[in-house]
Amino acid sequence: MATVMLEIKDLHASVEGKAVLKGVNLTVNAGEVHAIMGPNGSGKSTLAQVLAGHPAYTVTAGTVRYRDHDLLDMDPEERAREGVFLAFQYPVSIRGITNAYFLRSALNAIRKHKNLEPLDPLDFIQLLDDKLKAIGWDDSFLNRAVNEGFSGGEKKRNEILQMAVLEPTLAVLDETDSGLDIDALKTVAEAVNALRRPDNATVVVTHYQRLLNYIVPDVVHVLADGRIVKSGGKELALELEARGYDWVRAA
Amino acid sequence: MTATALTPATEARERYVAASRAFAADGDPYGDSHVPAWWRELREQALARFAATGFPTTRQEAWRFTSVVPIVETPFTIGGNSIRAQSVPAGVSVETLQAAVRQRSALVRAHLGRYAKIETNPFTALATAFLGDGVLVHVPAGQRVDEPIVVTHAPRAPETMSAPRVLVIAEPGARATLVERFDSKPGSRHFTNAVTEIVLGEGAHLEYVRVQLESERAYHVATVQSHQARDSVLSSTTITLGAALTRCDIGAVLDGPGALLQLNGLVVLHGEQHGDYHTVIDHAQPHGESHEYVNGVFDGRSRGVFSGRIIVRPGAQRTDSKQTNNNLVLSDDARADSQPQLEIYADDVKCTHGSTTGPIDPAALFYLRSRGLDASAARALLTYGFGTDILGRIGTVAVREELDALVRARLLTGAREAAA
Repeated sequence: MATVMLEIKDLHASVEGKAVLKGVNLTVNAGEVHAIMGPNGSGKSTLAQVLAGHPAYTVTAGTVRYRDHDLLDMDPEERAREGVFLAFQYPVSIRGITNAYFLRSALNAIRKHKNLEPLDPLDFIQLLDDKLKAIGWDDSFLNRAVNEGFSGGEKKRNEILQMAVLEPTLAVLDETDSGLDIDALKTVAEAVNALRRPDNATVVVTHYQRLLNYIVPDVVHVLADGRIVKSGGKELALELEARGYDWVRAA
Repeated sequence: MTATALTPATEARERYVAASRAFAADGDPYGDSHVPAWWRELREQALARFAATGFPTTRQEAWRFTSVVPIVETPFTIGGNSIRAQSVPAGVSVETLQAAVRQRSALVRAHLGRYAKIETNPFTALATAFLGDGVLVHVPAGQRVDEPIVVTHAPRAPETMSAPRVLVIAEPGARATLVERFDSKPGSRHFTNAVTEIVLGEGAHLEYVRVQLESERAYHVATVQSHQARDSVLSSTTITLGAALTRCDIGAVLDGPGALLQLNGLVVLHGEQHGDYHTVIDHAQPHGESHEYVNGVFDGRSRGVFSGRIIVRPGAQRTDSKQTNNNLVLSDDARADSQPQLEIYADDVKCTHGSTTGPIDPAALFYLRSRGLDASAARALLTYGFGTDILGRIGTVAVREELDALVRARLLTGAREAAA
């Protein structure tokens, strides 16, 4: 029997008093890739932020189990240390802190949690070398301040670099494809595919079907007005691309 | 109030005027009574100027946010200042102004007091009225030195005013790094009134780093005035960590075509500290470029002021000027004010300015937490980033790394553990 990685039951969440998620049910097993599609404003990004623990969102009802944890009971940093990773739709720039310093701080926080020795800068650079190659970067990005002056595409690649370094168990990709040209999209998808393992899982949140040509999902869900209204195989994504979202909502 | 009663400001002015006359009459307390006539004249003119203006008040626009009452009301005596040249690489000369006046009077006379004008600032006039202690840093034409020159200032005694004076001359084609550091014993109360003048000849490159680490009971007033000839490059970084009250007036004149100025400032205050940082960048010639970055980090009940004026003179066409001021306010009781002022009298120029003031960005905080850093480490890292953002602009690696350690000790406690 498949191991359940993530189990969301009747999840309701609001932001600034406005209900956005209105009863989401979703189960993701280890080894699976799930895509969550839906029109703008359907609650896709809210779901991603709630999973990462963004304090601006209030969970008003429901439960989220992540492996053997009550996810909603954990601080954002605890979730990260237990292997949850959100690739942000709008990555934040951090003045004055280099990518290398940031990544090493994050990795060592996670290693400390696992009772592993921290990596010194030299070991860390070695580890980074392969990860950089995978996303088609040289080390010039390491000495730049985190996302400062990065283009939209560079910011998205940087999210994937972080994911590659932190090796999450559950990765949530929030609109990682938006703002990427086709080459960048392929690179990002290859990096994500390279991280697929039987003991981890990925949730890809996207508006467009395009990314799913490269990251092939096991299950596609349609989120509309705060609920999952339809689930199916990868062919559902193509159907959505061809017919839009209205027919699902009407159904 | 009776007719004979003096206000504290008037009393203080008269006290300093009398002290300056005694200082001049004693010959020079710093070892030489044979100072040239022009030197005495410089002092007398400055004294006359200060006697006329007295101390500034908050009714004056340039002093609106900074009351100098604590300086006025403290009966400082006139004291000396120890100036140590800690590192003098081969090829440059670092000597006392007194010695320099004896040996090359013409060179000193050509520059001393020419840039830091007594008319601009009463404190500059007051400091010049006590012209005595000082250093000449001279980098000969075409001389390039990699190793930084380090000069450290400290008052000889508490409860005194000292007026350390530095004249830096980088002759045409010279290239050097100068670190000026102001220290004092923790807990000691004193008043530093420092003036540094910097002259860059054609094509000269100077990296100037000024670090103020004085006691948190000290009052520190500084005038730094630079003057750049054609195609010269000045990178100037001012770091303020110490003193109860700091007022820095940094003036830069780009007086030759193609001059480049990088003006960096970092102010990190806590407790009851007050820091007022004024800059005036004067583009007097065409094709000049200036990049100004000033970051402030304010905690406790501290107060920060940034006033940045950029003047583009008529004819200074193709000027490219950028000013950025970012203030991080870490507590509800801390406060920061930012005042950019652009005065543009030429039409073919590019000038931009931007300013932000606020607490730690919650989006950035969540971003770091979502990567596994706990909230306090994330806050410390974001705060430290405000410091390294400025320190990263220092080109001389050894200087940058030393200052990074200093700023990190002040700003980063939780985050250091996270990265360890």
